[in-house]
Amino acid sequence: MELIGQGLLQALRLLVSGDPEVWQITWLSLRISSTATLLSLIVGVPLGTALALAHFPGRGFVVSLVNTGMGLPPVVVGLFVTIVLWRNGILGMLELLYTPTAMVLAQLVIAAPVVTGLTLAAVQQVPDKFRLQVLALGASRAQMIWTLLKEARLPMLAAIMAGFGAVISEVGASLMVGGNIKGSTRVLTTATVLETGKGNFDTAIALSLILLFLMFLVNWALTWIQQGRRV
Amino acid sequence: MLFRLLLVLVSVLSLAAPARAQSNTVILSTTTSTQDSGLLDLLVPMFEKKTGMTVKTISVGTGQALALAARGEADVALVHAPSVERKYVEEGKMRNRRLVMYNDFVIIGPEDDPAKIKGMTKATDALKRIAETQSRFVSRGDKSGTHVLEQGLWKQASVEPRGSWYIESGQGMGQTLGIANDRRAYTITDRGSWLAFQKRISLPILVEKDKPLLNIYSVMEINPANGPRVNTAGGKAFADFMVAPETQAVIKIFGVDKYGQPLFVPIAGKTDADFQ
Repeated sequence: MELIGQGLLQALRLLVSGDPEVWQITWLSLRISSTATLLSLIVGVPLGTALALAHFPGRGFVVSLVNTGMGLPPVVVGLFVTIVLWRNGILGMLELLYTPTAMVLAQLVIAAPVVTGLTLAAVQQVPDKFRLQVLALGASRAQMIWTLLKEARLPMLAAIMAGFGAVISEVGASLMVGGNIKGSTRVLTTATVLETGKGNFDTAIALSLILLFLMFLVNWALTWIQQGRRV
Repeated sequence: MLFRLLLVLVSVLSLAAPARAQSNTVILSTTTSTQDSGLLDLLVPMFEKKTGMTVKTISVGTGQALALAARGEADVALVHAPSVERKYVEEGKMRNRRLVMYNDFVIIGPEDDPAKIKGMTKATDALKRIAETQSRFVSRGDKSGTHVLEQGLWKQASVEPRGSWYIESGQGMGQTLGIANDRRAYTITDRGSWLAFQKRISLPILVEKDKPLLNIYSVMEINPANGPRVNTAGGKAFADFMVAPETQAVIKIFGVDKYGQPLFVPIAGKTDADFQ
């Protein structure tokens, strides 16, 4: 318990003193994970909507695949993305390994199925009758989908929170594809692992608390959007 | 709305992917001990300032560091497993192996010392005694330099460590020290890590200063034939930097301010034969 108290003090000290490395690490975590979440929305929302509305043979199989993908182990993603990005790998010529871009890519692979799966569920929970009614009122198909997504916006924001939460808190993939390089690819989670390995438990706890606080702030903002528009 | 989202996205992306000439980047594959000790945090900026190159330090176990280098995924390696290193040099994967520095390993264990090894002069005798008495021993079990050395010692002691007393952590030195401390077990650690963890563990040094416990670090360049895009010039520049007199002078005093004693002894220019 005493250690956690020390960690809390250390966290406050690091933040208040404006320790440039801690701020840089925090900012990088936020930047990488928000980019990955935004990209996963671009992939996941259309895919999830399409899956929710389409009927085709093998749909159940594809939905099962997406649902499995929602729990993709980050280390597995990290390993495969690393191999693809190796200098000898398929995308080796891009020389992306050990860069923030590689981390965005790995996190995108982790977040996209989460967003797709939750979008699918969100769109499906809107009653069929609602959809038919919108169409009956003369809406085009595009207008119908837009109305549907607007109707499903509460669970959709939950999808964003879940996607962001999954990537900002993951460590396995970031460590592998980023390499935990000081000043370049070190984020809150990988820095926590490093500080624990060094035996600097108070700094590790401080970084964990900063991560939790950051996640709270982002979720608070998203919740505000989610609940605020309701009234 | 969609347009605005895209605009935000593009600007964020361009932040996340700063354009940087990769040919100016040196990938250094090295061990956790050099990173955890803080030595590289001191040396890497020195090198970057001197040459204008950027170093990407990938710190993993020695086994993985060498495997990555052998695949051409790194430009220079700084590791500590002489027997494995020589094998890679013989195979032509690595070249120009040069000694950089050493520190030493120590055998630590619980104060009450159930295997009664305190003060023994030969590390192999101590390990034999630990195995005979089936006293708990924590091994890194991760093909790191420390693990390779430990396996070599067991072999010399003609003991096949097996049984419930032999715990393989599969983790870095820090975590392994924590496990040994909690389980009141023996383990082998480099002196630097032991010093760094003084606050958290209460396992005294029981056996030290035996020749086979020397922990020698070398730097090696990567054969460009290992893969495309190996930055040979950058790798050589870093290797040269590690054995340069001014770098060696920094290594010589590194750790004195924090631990009251240096963590490494610089040995550039010496050969394996000097330590037989």
